[in-house]
Amino acid sequence: MIAHIFEDLCDGCNRCAAVCPTHVLDPGDRVPVIARLDQCQTCYMCELYCGADAIYVGPDSRQPESVDSQVIRASGHLGRVRRDHGWDRPDEAGHLDRYRLLGPLLQEGGESAARRYRALTAGELDVAD
Amino acid sequence: MSDVLTQRCDVLVIGGGMAAAWAAIAAAKAGASVVLVDKGYVGTSGVTATAGPNHWWIPPDPARRREAIEQKFAAGLGLGDPAWMERVIDTTWRTLPDLAPYYPFGSDGNGGTYYSGVRGSEYMRGLRAYATAAGARILDHHPALQLLTDDDGAVVGARGHARLTGADWEIRAGAVVMATGGCAFRSGLIGSHGNTGDGYLMAAEAGAELSGMEFSIQYTVSPAWASTRTLPYGAARYYDAEGAEIVAPPRGHAHYQALGAALLKGPVYADLIDAPAELPPILKDIQPFTPLPFVRKGVDLFRDRWPIKLFGEGTIRGNGGLRIVDDDCGTNVAGLYAAGDAATRELATGAISGGGAVNSAWALTSGQIAGAAAARRGLALRDRPAGMVHAVGSAGIAPASDERTVDRKAIEADVDYHMNGYQHSLWRSRTQLSESLALLDAHWRSIGDHGRSEGLALVALRETAALTATARWCTAAALARNESRGIHVRVDAPALDPAGGVRLLTGGLDRVWTRPEGRAYAEAAE
Repeated sequence: MIAHIFEDLCDGCNRCAAVCPTHVLDPGDRVPVIARLDQCQTCYMCELYCGADAIYVGPDSRQPESVDSQVIRASGHLGRVRRDHGWDRPDEAGHLDRYRLLGPLLQEGGESAARRYRALTAGELDVAD
Repeated sequence: MSDVLTQRCDVLVIGGGMAAAWAAIAAAKAGASVVLVDKGYVGTSGVTATAGPNHWWIPPDPARRREAIEQKFAAGLGLGDPAWMERVIDTTWRTLPDLAPYYPFGSDGNGGTYYSGVRGSEYMRGLRAYATAAGARILDHHPALQLLTDDDGAVVGARGHARLTGADWEIRAGAVVMATGGCAFRSGLIGSHGNTGDGYLMAAEAGAELSGMEFSIQYTVSPAWASTRTLPYGAARYYDAEGAEIVAPPRGHAHYQALGAALLKGPVYADLIDAPAELPPILKDIQPFTPLPFVRKGVDLFRDRWPIKLFGEGTIRGNGGLRIVDDDCGTNVAGLYAAGDAATRELATGAISGGGAVNSAWALTSGQIAGAAAARRGLALRDRPAGMVHAVGSAGIAPASDERTVDRKAIEADVDYHMNGYQHSLWRSRTQLSESLALLDAHWRSIGDHGRSEGLALVALRETAALTATARWCTAAALARNESRGIHVRVDAPALDPAGGVRLLTGGLDRVWTRPEGRAYAEAAE
């Protein structure tokens, strides 16, 4: 769930309140307000759309997490989702060139699991292997 | 409803995911004035934004397409429609590349362009830009609450609440496209929090029928603390708390039963030591959202063992939705069209899940078809004088009895337990389904008898009503389909019934009904 908005980094644009699909945030005068945390689905969209890298979403979708803002600030997590997406340079050539590799690799993983299951159930393989 | 903002347009699209956007694009390009209202924000709403949808992608080679359709029709166990499959394949192939000005399609590795698989967040941002450029007017955070009908029962608009401003709104239109997505009963599936079945409920209140709601059992594996949408877990080995390996069949209902049985006893762990070696270094480039919950939890996705959960998919990866009665994606109610997961996907995939690829192609295709058809109707009715309209639907709005507080949280917890609980969905039986239905019926009555709210609280109460109604239709259909077929599995009727290759319709509010498609009510009652 959304865990922290860094007030010193936030430029008060309230973009996160506009893009949150589940209405977790209310626009604020200086910084947005986390008004309905129970509606947060941990989708990271506020972080992705935050151009000021001022939002940190905790990884646990089951309950609120309290985080040490100094640790988060030093962790390098802030803004990383946006940079990993190449969110601000969508037209850069080659940005999604590896995307085509995903489907075949997922299929390969599934096929290896299927082969292992056949071997296990046929007694050719032991779970210890 | 003081201070109601009113508008008029040719086509109103309700929903904000890929089907809604493709519908708005088609309607606007056909010359209609289009307003799209979404509960969330078009770009982040729904299950596509955090995903990486692939699209059913078959080149226009008649032999290859025929083969793909024959395979899919056979897999669909008699409930698919080859003509619709052909439309889905062809429309997707012709249309998806139109997004190129708004989405940075990657390379296919052979000097060409890779179209079929897209990263969801950029895809939805691109669709928003495309719809806007085409002339559609997007109203974010405008949840619809009720459909409007004319004296003949035709749908002529909707009414709702603008949750950022607190104003109510009413939009009249010549045609309405329902594209509100499927319903996962708030399982925690990423992206699905807003997918509460609102469109099913609003349409049913206007008299629409649903189809295939029994095909609503699908799960995806994810780490226990968060659902992810790109799924590298197919290669996983599973273990119980003592570290003993759980030997689960690699796919299908038996896969989920094996994991579900283990999860009912205690925690289950997975590792991905068998994943292809090429995957770990590139997964972050392909889909940054998938490794993220692991990195932030301090867990190594590809080396550690981590606890899992099965997240219910309901009618998102399941198939059920509004019944389509013609080639225009029309419902049985005049003026109301359905697209994407709000519509039944049986036409494209029969009794099995459309997974990602067919469902995405269906969302695009049904959006395009419904949008174009709604534009034709909307343009034809543009100059018709405004007549009387009626806002249909009363649950949460006009209680039948005395107004009392409805315990929304308790009802939603029951809906989740009965629809997503492994013990219910993975071992469906007449006894269990009957018990679930009795409880869900009681909850529906309490909402209808006592529920009344306004503003934001009404949006929430209508969500609770829609979750409950959707759960009742799924459960009633699962009871009526007294066999196992595709992703609908009954432990007390494990075989395919040779006479069961007929779509099953459901609907109704205070009394839920079911009947096989093509048979009249009276026949079905015998």
